[in-house]
Amino acid sequence: MAGPLGKDLLGLAPLSADQIRLVLDTAVPFREISERAIKKVPTLRGATIVNLFFEASTRTRISFEFAEKRLSADTVNVASANSSVSKGETLVDTARNLEAMKIDMVVIRHGASGAAQFLAERIESNVINAGDGTNEHPTQGLLDILTLRNHLGDLTGRRICIVGDVLHSRVARSNIWGLTKLGAEVAVCGPRSLLPNAIGEMGVTVFDRIEEAVEWADAFNVLRLQLERMQAGYIPSLREYNRVYGVTRARLEKAPRDILILHPGPMNRGVEIDSDVADGPHSVILDQVTNGVAVRMAVLYLLAGGKPELAEAAKKGVV
Amino acid sequence: MNRDLLLRGGRIVDPSQGMDAVGDVLLRDGRVEACGSSIGTPDGADVIDVSGLVVTPGMIDVHIHLREPGREDVETIATGAHSAAAGGFTGVCAMPNTKPVTDNQAVVGFVKRQGEAAGFARVYPYGAISVGQKGETLAEIAEMAGAGAVAFSDDGRPVESAQLMRTALEYARAFNVPIAEHCEDMTLARGGSMNEGIMSAKLGLKGIPPEAEEIYVIRDILLAKRTGGHIHLCHLSTKGSVELVRWGKDRGINVTSEVCSHHISLTEDAVEGYNTNAKMNPPLRTAADVEALQQGLADGTIDLLVTDHAPHHYDEKEREFADAPNGIVGLETALGINCTYLLHRGIMTMSQMVDAMSCKPAKVFHLPGGTLARGSLGDVTVFDPNRIWTVDPKAFKSKGRNTPYGGHQLTGQARLTVVGGRVVYRAD
Repeated sequence: MAGPLGKDLLGLAPLSADQIRLVLDTAVPFREISERAIKKVPTLRGATIVNLFFEASTRTRISFEFAEKRLSADTVNVASANSSVSKGETLVDTARNLEAMKIDMVVIRHGASGAAQFLAERIESNVINAGDGTNEHPTQGLLDILTLRNHLGDLTGRRICIVGDVLHSRVARSNIWGLTKLGAEVAVCGPRSLLPNAIGEMGVTVFDRIEEAVEWADAFNVLRLQLERMQAGYIPSLREYNRVYGVTRARLEKAPRDILILHPGPMNRGVEIDSDVADGPHSVILDQVTNGVAVRMAVLYLLAGGKPELAEAAKKGVV
Repeated sequence: MNRDLLLRGGRIVDPSQGMDAVGDVLLRDGRVEACGSSIGTPDGADVIDVSGLVVTPGMIDVHIHLREPGREDVETIATGAHSAAAGGFTGVCAMPNTKPVTDNQAVVGFVKRQGEAAGFARVYPYGAISVGQKGETLAEIAEMAGAGAVAFSDDGRPVESAQLMRTALEYARAFNVPIAEHCEDMTLARGGSMNEGIMSAKLGLKGIPPEAEEIYVIRDILLAKRTGGHIHLCHLSTKGSVELVRWGKDRGINVTSEVCSHHISLTEDAVEGYNTNAKMNPPLRTAADVEALQQGLADGTIDLLVTDHAPHHYDEKEREFADAPNGIVGLETALGINCTYLLHRGIMTMSQMVDAMSCKPAKVFHLPGGTLARGSLGDVTVFDPNRIWTVDPKAFKSKGRNTPYGGHQLTGQARLTVVGGRVVYRAD
């Protein structure tokens, strides 16, 4: 049965603004559950969910697992390193075998762009994309947007700048799709060698220098700079990256307004972000993590056929 | 001795003789005995009524991949040659990226013999430019040419060393065989799985920029200028490549080129949804590239239409996009695509299309055929340019099913294929 989001959550590109708002609104009452002494509701009792992680992940996997357990689902974690995948099984065979065990949902993290869609088109279960290659990481995008909305209010016309390695970032793509649908202005800032060549055609502004972005933005979403990028020759050194593109207190002090600081983690302190910024008064990085569980609970609930009315009821305070 | 075969009442389109007229073609002893109007029916001749159909010199696809030797599970020379015949081709040139690589006279001879034994379209082997297609040592071009190789290429990968390419162009001159290049700067293209542009940015796939092709196009044109050798540029896919080839031809440089049917009919949009059957190398490009390639065909900058027929096993394409192999099958859809996208849209005349699929391939690759002049090879393609059909990959004679055209409606289809005066394919 397809709920208000359809069968799967593959990305924010396929969602409408209303569907994105529905997830955000539904996350509000679920966040409240996580703040109770007994953090558990029976919503998904009896449902079986497989967390299928072909790439290493700590934060996202644990966040999904908490979300599933707080909704009373039965969960199994499969990591590729100690599964049949390491014996050469194809993605489609892995999925069909899992499905033969009568599961309800699959949360998939995979290194190939399009892997979540590939899976979703081949199995009946609901599929949630927990990051596919450099395509999308929709629940991260949603939790970023929820955090921004909590602090900035209505995002229409608000200016969000994504800083760093946009080329290799699934988080960047999900943010760009989601934020532009909600009417925010989106910019990217980073070395051109780490921006897609056609980035200008994606409806975003490009800043070559972080000083320009500081002048412009209401919020920064600072991306992790992978060490491998330097090894692959995209940038000369991490040291130079920090000197030119690092989000530092000295740079932020020149801003005409306080800039909200987000980071999807894990952080490279002293590379893309300095510690006094990460731990500073305008950082909402841990708030993102808290919202992550709530957003994932909302997604699980809605994909399982949950009623959109929950969001409305929550607004009226009747849950 | 075969009986005479008379193809009666078709529209004969033979650009080699400047002919476009209703008439008959008489084939005797594997050759064209007569071609024109009011040919009588010899005693005992087989007569096939082809009125309402177009009759042309046999079509030749100079760029296909058969998987034999090495991957007979994916395609054999026999199934590939059958597929070619069903698509209206009487001759095909098989690329040498087999296992083992066709880089010596023994394998060249094997490919040729398997083609003859199959008895469908003629199979002309390519030889590799370098030993093992490794780009290091020149392969034994003279011996391979002697054994029947008609052209040389390391297709699937470029010849990275400009010095080796220079040497190949110089060396091949004595044997009058083209050197065919797969133009791709691997330092730019490595890891890429589609065109670099807005679609790759959206899908989060590493792109292959058009310059990866164009840098090699101009390099090879300049090397042909230096050496006087014949460079043939494979599967051009970009507007810039067309402009560079035009530049070379304007200066009288010995450059010829080809374009695949998919590159004149589809854009990178076909990749959306991570469709591995729209994954090939070079990748599908933009609408501006498609238009420039069509224009290049129309004005003769691009000489030949080819398929780059590349069968793959179902399981190999049924996977993550970046990990799926490049290539699509094309022999049984090419004529339909070319009629639909070039002929019926007024990009090429009937005579131009037949020229690019039959006469010019024979001329550029020094192959027999490409004409219905008296005494020439009895290879004939008969097709219905107006027949509307829907592509059903399950009906292919090829073992490959990997096509982005499944379910597409095309206008134009092969009806009868004759090789050496013998019917090798006839549509139901």
